[in-house]
Amino acid sequence: MRPFRLHEPTTVQEAASALADAGGGAALYAGGTELLLAMKSGLLAYDTLINVKSISGLDAIAADGNSIVIGASATHSAVEHDPLVRDRLPLLSEVEHGVANLRVRNVGTLAGNLCFAEPHSDPATLLLVYEAELDVAGPSGSRRIAVGDLQTGSYETSLGPDELLTAVRVPAFQAGVRAAYSKFGYHHRPTLGIAAALAVEDGVVADARLALGCVSPVARRLSRSEDVLRGERIDALTEGASALREVSRLASEDADAVEDMHGGVDYKEHLVRVFMERTLLRALAKNGGGDA
Amino acid sequence: MPDAQETLAIAFELNSAPIEATVEPQTPLIDLLRERFGLTGTKRSCDVQVCGACTVLLDGAPVSSCTVPAFEARGRVVLTVEGFAADEGSSPLIEAFVNNAAFQCGFCTPGMLLAAKSLLDADPSPSEEAIKDYMRGNVCRCTGYKKIVEAVHEAAEASR
Repeated sequence: MRPFRLHEPTTVQEAASALADAGGGAALYAGGTELLLAMKSGLLAYDTLINVKSISGLDAIAADGNSIVIGASATHSAVEHDPLVRDRLPLLSEVEHGVANLRVRNVGTLAGNLCFAEPHSDPATLLLVYEAELDVAGPSGSRRIAVGDLQTGSYETSLGPDELLTAVRVPAFQAGVRAAYSKFGYHHRPTLGIAAALAVEDGVVADARLALGCVSPVARRLSRSEDVLRGERIDALTEGASALREVSRLASEDADAVEDMHGGVDYKEHLVRVFMERTLLRALAKNGGGDA
Repeated sequence: MPDAQETLAIAFELNSAPIEATVEPQTPLIDLLRERFGLTGTKRSCDVQVCGACTVLLDGAPVSSCTVPAFEARGRVVLTVEGFAADEGSSPLIEAFVNNAAFQCGFCTPGMLLAAKSLLDADPSPSEEAIKDYMRGNVCRCTGYKKIVEAVHEAAEASR
């Protein structure tokens, strides 16, 4: 790997200033599980890495009202095992357990996963149905954005060159939401990820949140499929039900799947149809027992 | 704010001994272990954190030393297979791997042993399911996994 310097700021403001001063020659470093691989292979080169782990308190995980606030240097393992996350966001804990492998989870961070914007990511898809928000800091202050507004393309985000993600804010689902996440693939990274969260009232789907990731450059919500589910009686949503078929068909149409090393467009659209129905059936089978 | 560093003086505990070293930021931990300290039990294989041959324990948790920078050891505890083998407490796992022939070429074995140690430290009586789940990030390309799972199970039984 080409030599680089290590910058270790102690505050978020110092990190933002260092990014601004470097004018593109520096990158933020947290777990490094994706960044360092790209640097080892020569795909990326930076003169300086800015270690956000030297900012004290940035690894904290804490409750703020109905949300759990996950600091930018919290690792996947820390999120997975955190008592607050397990209690209030059990599906996030479950999905974090499935990220990469144990060694990557022990080092890599949730925030880093989002910021690297690798399209084949489980958390980026799941957090869309939690309607998570992100705290972003720059030299002139901070702002809050929806998680869906972060990633703009493969390995591209809306963050300014002097901005950093400082926290991921994840609101717990309301009581009675039935949620599930499915992933599929034969590679190290997922080929497909689908997240579903259904609010059920009096046996009817009162609200539906569906997200699809990995098959296209950026994970997305599936609003046409969500519209079909709203108002459906759940006892009619059994295997092969016409509404489920329609939801799955619309999901594959709206996937904007692209061909890559994981497979072609037809293959991915087929996966979307199969796994959308399975994911919804798994979510519905949870019978109000929380989100996992 | 200190300037960006081109070298770092670090101190950490390596296999129960205090260590001081000067490292460059880009040096991966495996290079420090193998080339500076001659600890060649840690194997480089895939070099992209997938296979687990380079597994070492950092504060008791498995990490891929092929990619984790050496400076991350600062102020922490590193255990390699050499330190593991020197610990009397490791004998049930080592004997169980031998008794079950849980290796052929042996290249993955240091990582397998350290992953298994980390599992048994956290869960002394893991189910077969838990063993498979925990060990699935360590890849063996010759013997298959059945004997490895059986060895970990036997070591857990023997330690009870």
